[in-house]
Amino acid sequence: MNLEEHAAKPLLAAEGIAVPRGRLCASADEAANAAQNLGPCVVKAQVPTGKRGKAGGIKLAAHPDEARNAATAILGMTIGGHVVTRVLVEEQVPIARELYAAVLNDPASKGPLVLFSAAGGMDIEEIAATRPDSLKRLAVDIEVGLDHATARPLVDGLGPAAPAAADTLAALYALYRRCDAELVEINPLVVTKDWRIVALDCKLVADDAAVPRQPNMAKLGTPETLTDLERRGRELGLRYIELDGPVGLLANGAGLTMTTMDAIVHLGGKPSNFLEIGGDAYTQAKPALELVLANPRVRSLVVNFCGAFARTDVMADGVVKAWQTLKPRIPVFFSIHGTGEDEAIALVKRELGITPFDRMEDAVNAAVRAAR
Amino acid sequence: MIPRNEHRVLVLGITGRQGQFWTQKMREQGTDVVGGVNPKKAGTEQDGVPVFASAREAARTRPFDIAVMFVPPMGAKDSAIDAIEAGAKMVVVLTEHIPQQDVMLIHAAARRHGARIFGPNTAGLVTPGEGFIGIMPGFNANVFRPGTIGVISRSGSLGTLVCLNLVTAGFGQSAFLGLGGDPLPGTTSREALAMLDRDDRTRGVVLVGEIGGGMEEEAADYAGSMRKPVVAFIAGRAAPPGKRMGHAGAIVMGERGTYESKRQALEAAGVRVAATPGEIGRLLADRIAPDFPGAG
Repeated sequence: MNLEEHAAKPLLAAEGIAVPRGRLCASADEAANAAQNLGPCVVKAQVPTGKRGKAGGIKLAAHPDEARNAATAILGMTIGGHVVTRVLVEEQVPIARELYAAVLNDPASKGPLVLFSAAGGMDIEEIAATRPDSLKRLAVDIEVGLDHATARPLVDGLGPAAPAAADTLAALYALYRRCDAELVEINPLVVTKDWRIVALDCKLVADDAAVPRQPNMAKLGTPETLTDLERRGRELGLRYIELDGPVGLLANGAGLTMTTMDAIVHLGGKPSNFLEIGGDAYTQAKPALELVLANPRVRSLVVNFCGAFARTDVMADGVVKAWQTLKPRIPVFFSIHGTGEDEAIALVKRELGITPFDRMEDAVNAAVRAAR
Repeated sequence: MIPRNEHRVLVLGITGRQGQFWTQKMREQGTDVVGGVNPKKAGTEQDGVPVFASAREAARTRPFDIAVMFVPPMGAKDSAIDAIEAGAKMVVVLTEHIPQQDVMLIHAAARRHGARIFGPNTAGLVTPGEGFIGIMPGFNANVFRPGTIGVISRSGSLGTLVCLNLVTAGFGQSAFLGLGGDPLPGTTSREALAMLDRDDRTRGVVLVGEIGGGMEEEAADYAGSMRKPVVAFIAGRAAPPGKRMGHAGAIVMGERGTYESKRQALEAAGVRVAATPGEIGRLLADRIAPDFPGAG
């Protein structure tokens, strides 16, 4: 769940981190109006992707007419595949220097990691590549947390701005914890000419798994761009990803589904979807298969089950029922192993007259050839 | 520590549908389930197994070594920490979709108490011939047979396929270690390799990884230092970048977590990387003799 700048900045402000005054605008007129109140301003495209500046999505405006022109130019642009429908108009801030600050989930320490650099303005990969010496890391003990004193060594060297910078890091960490973030990044975080610390941008990625206790994040987050079939999958609680090949696939478990997809490509084919019915979703084989077959590109189908937790007899029953309901005119190839395999194989033979392949590779190969 | 039949197991969430079903399966294979936990059913029995209000309470009369969790995501943190504080040496977290910061708190508690975590979102661990812990088909002789190959897998379904292929190729398993699909696994590929390297019953290792994160790259150096042969398979070669492939951890971000990065790191360390799961048995047989000559 990604929060765009305009959605994340009020969260920073609520945590006590200063942000520029600004207004979210959907038209050039609104932008001009906002600039009237704000004075010299910045007009910024609101899209859930980075590198907006390089794409021309951020422009300075000295007065309302310039803000109107900037908004006219930016609204309707496509940046990283996203069409800009809104701009954030913000007051300009007198910048003395630019910093970088972030808190994120760190697989190495299995806890939160604070990143800080006195070289801001570039993205983190650039900082790591060009100014690695400036990038400071602090693995935080999540049972203890981060306060002013523990953050202070990261910001030594900022002179009179150091105390406020340490407070900012502590506040950023508090926000990360409060909203179950996977990442909160301020880039640039600036020191103003009067030694204030202001967040000029903010990126926040919230943890999807925490949504049940963070309903606000779900409201503030940018909805994912989904195809119609993907949306239908979501409504059914199925993780369906639409792809552009002709070989439909249905497997259980994330690892096996990826492997089936890999085998399709390895054997010269192209998959038309990713869809796993792992976990409790294994009882959803019927709606899952209906979804796979609803993709008009599908010319053959491979069903690959390897039951552990998921019972192959239950899954095969779902497949057989979907097949008998929809009566698709495409060839289907099975490979079935693991929990419940005897019943599952017998069922597929009896109801569909099809004998599953012993090896997954053979089933995939047959489906790839049939789709040609 | 690799689970053996002398280890005593506590089942957290034993009275739920899955908890009941898999507890029965585990016991049929020889796993010593000494107790279960459900605060609402404390004092009752589940198929002759006493049910306690908490792991701490269970520990007073039914000491245990390993706890396995059939607990929904929002209750997982408290349940795991209860088991850790009650003295579990190992906690097997089957639960998927636990908030990441809760996972961090579980890991922090485990560090403090010296407990080992497998998962979250693991299908569990199997020691063929002795028992299993979790939701793997430890009872299926086509998939699991006592042998000398240690199998490490992030995925349960793919791990099952690989174990099945091994049996077909004439190899049994000394242990199956399921690491789980979570982005923050308690036991990493590298740690699991070290466990199997030290294990006297293990002659060779199959490492089943997938795209996302840097765990396989991190394991490559260690694999290169081992005298036991290691064969790897990495799932997700054909996955489109930026999309989560079912597992929360299975996502390619920029150059990080790609199939190529993992394959190159492993091959540079001398690990053979199979193109399909079906190749694993042959690559292993190039290096060591099968456990059951004449099979396959």
